Amino acid sequence: MRIPCPCCGPRAMAEFSYGGADLSRPVASLPLDAPSAPDAEWNDYVYRRDNPAGAHRELWFHAAGCRRWFAARRDTRTNDFLSEAGA
Amino acid sequence: MTGYSALSLARQALTGHRSWPAAWRAPEPRARYQVVIIGGGGHGLATAYYLAKTYGITDVAVLEKGWIGGGNTGRNTAIVRSNYLLTANSHFYEHSLKLWEGLSADLNFNVMFSQRGMVNIAHSNAELSALHRRGNAMRLNGVDAELLSREDLGRLMPGLDLSPQARFPILGGLIQKRGGTARHDAVAWGYARAADTRGVDIIQNCEVTALRREGDRVTGVETTRGLISADKVAICVAGDSGRLAAMAGLRLPMESHVLQALVSEPVKPMLDVVAVSGALHVYINQSDKGELVMGGDIDGSNSYAQRGDPHTLDHVVESAVALFPSIRRLRMMRSWGGTVDMSMDGSPIITRLPLAGLYLNGGWCYGGFKGTPAAGTALAHLVATDQPHPVATRFTLERFDAGDLLDERGSGSSPWMH
Repeated sequence: MRIPCPCCGPRAMAEFSYGGADLSRPVASLPLDAPSAPDAEWNDYVYRRDNPAGAHRELWFHAAGCRRWFAARRDTRTNDFLSEAGA
Repeated sequence: MTGYSALSLARQALTGHRSWPAAWRAPEPRARYQVVIIGGGGHGLATAYYLAKTYGITDVAVLEKGWIGGGNTGRNTAIVRSNYLLTANSHFYEHSLKLWEGLSADLNFNVMFSQRGMVNIAHSNAELSALHRRGNAMRLNGVDAELLSREDLGRLMPGLDLSPQARFPILGGLIQKRGGTARHDAVAWGYARAADTRGVDIIQNCEVTALRREGDRVTGVETTRGLISADKVAICVAGDSGRLAAMAGLRLPMESHVLQALVSEPVKPMLDVVAVSGALHVYINQSDKGELVMGGDIDGSNSYAQRGDPHTLDHVVESAVALFPSIRRLRMMRSWGGTVDMSMDGSPIITRLPLAGLYLNGGWCYGGFKGTPAAGTALAHLVATDQPHPVATRFTLERFDAGDLLDERGSGSSPWMH
C-alpha cells in the first residue's frame, strides 16, 4: 500500500504510523471542560466506531519521513486513497 | 448419517471410497426458522451444533454468504491455547480448551487436535517477569503452565538460536503443554456435519442483505435467496460484525483489520511445538505437511480487503529467521489475509443487542479460532435461555460504558495496538 503524504507524495506504508479514525471530541468538552459532556457522548467518542466497509477518514503520521500528521480518506475494501488533506 | 469408524473406513475401502454419503445436505432455505445464524464459520456452525445438542433447538438455519469455513476459519494459524492473564479470559479459553480435548470424539470427526505445547519466549528480564506473572495467574486459574530455562528451550527447539550473539538474546520461556494446534478446516466440517445430522439447515451462497424488524423486535432476514423469518437471529460474522450491526442501526466498539499469515515450503520435522515471541510479534509452528506456518500482527489500519501489505510479512519472516536461523533459505509458498474484528479492549463480545431477538458474537481479535467451541457453547446458551453462559458473563457491550474493560494487553481503546 502506498500512502499519499501531502508533503512528500506517495510513499511506502512501512514509513507511516496509523492514528485511527479521524474523530471529533464531544463538543461540550472544549476547550478543557470534560465533565460537562454527557458520559454517553464520551463513550461513543472513545469506544464506538462507524467501521465502514468503504470510505474511511483516518489519521496518518509520516514517521520515517517529514513527520507530519495528516488526514486522508481511504476505501477500506480496496486500500485506494480517495483524497488528501492536511490536518 | 453413518458414523465414521475404523469399520466404516474398511467397508468403504472395499468400494474404493466411492460410496461415502455427503457429509451434510444442501437444502433450499425454508421461509421460517426458530433461529437463524448469520455466518457459517466455525463459530456459527458450533453455535448451531450446541443449540441442537444441548438445548434441543433443531429448527435452525446457518446462512453463509460464501462457503462454510471460507472466512477466518480457514485463514488462521490454527493455534489453540488458554494462556491468558485476566481471570475472565482465562476461564473462558480454558473452558474452550477442555472442549477441544474431547472435540473429535464429540463430533465423530477428527479435528486433528495436537497438544504439542505452546511456548512463549522472553528476550528481556522485563518480559521474563511478565511471563512469570502470567504463568502464576494461569496456575491460580487452574490452567497448566511451566517456566522454561534457556536449556529447556534448547532441548524443546534445537533450531532456536540461544547464542549470546543472537539478534534477540533469549532468557527463558513459558510453556502450556496442553496448548497446540488443530486442523482448522476440519473444525468447520466436523461441526457442520454434526449440526446437519441433528437437523440444522446449512445454506451456503446466501448473503444477508438486511434485517427485518417490527418495532423493537427482529423478525427475520432478507437474503440473496429470499426472505427468511425467524424468532431469533444470531450474528457470527467476525470482521463483518460492524456491517451487520449497521443493518440494525448500531455502532459497535470494534474495528475491522487485516491479519496476515504465510507458510513456507514443506521441510522435514524441525519444530514440534508452537513457538511465540511477543517482543518480535511472531508465532510459528510446523504443520503436519511440513510447512512452517507463521503469523504476526495486524497491518494496523482499518481494512476489509482480506489482503495486506508486504512489509508486515517481511517483519514476520525477519523475526522468524532471527529465532531460527536455519530457516533463512526457505522459500515462502503462500500468504493470505483475513478480516479480524478487533474490539476496543482486545476481548470478545457475546451479547444480546438492543433489538429483541438479536444476538451478537464478535470482537474476537486474534483469538477466534481457539475460542470456537466455547463461543458456540456460550452463544447457544444465550440464544436458548436469554442468559449469559457462566464463562462469558463479562463479554458484554455494557462493559465499555461501565469502564469494566477486559484489556489483556493494557493498551487502551486503540484496536491496532492489541
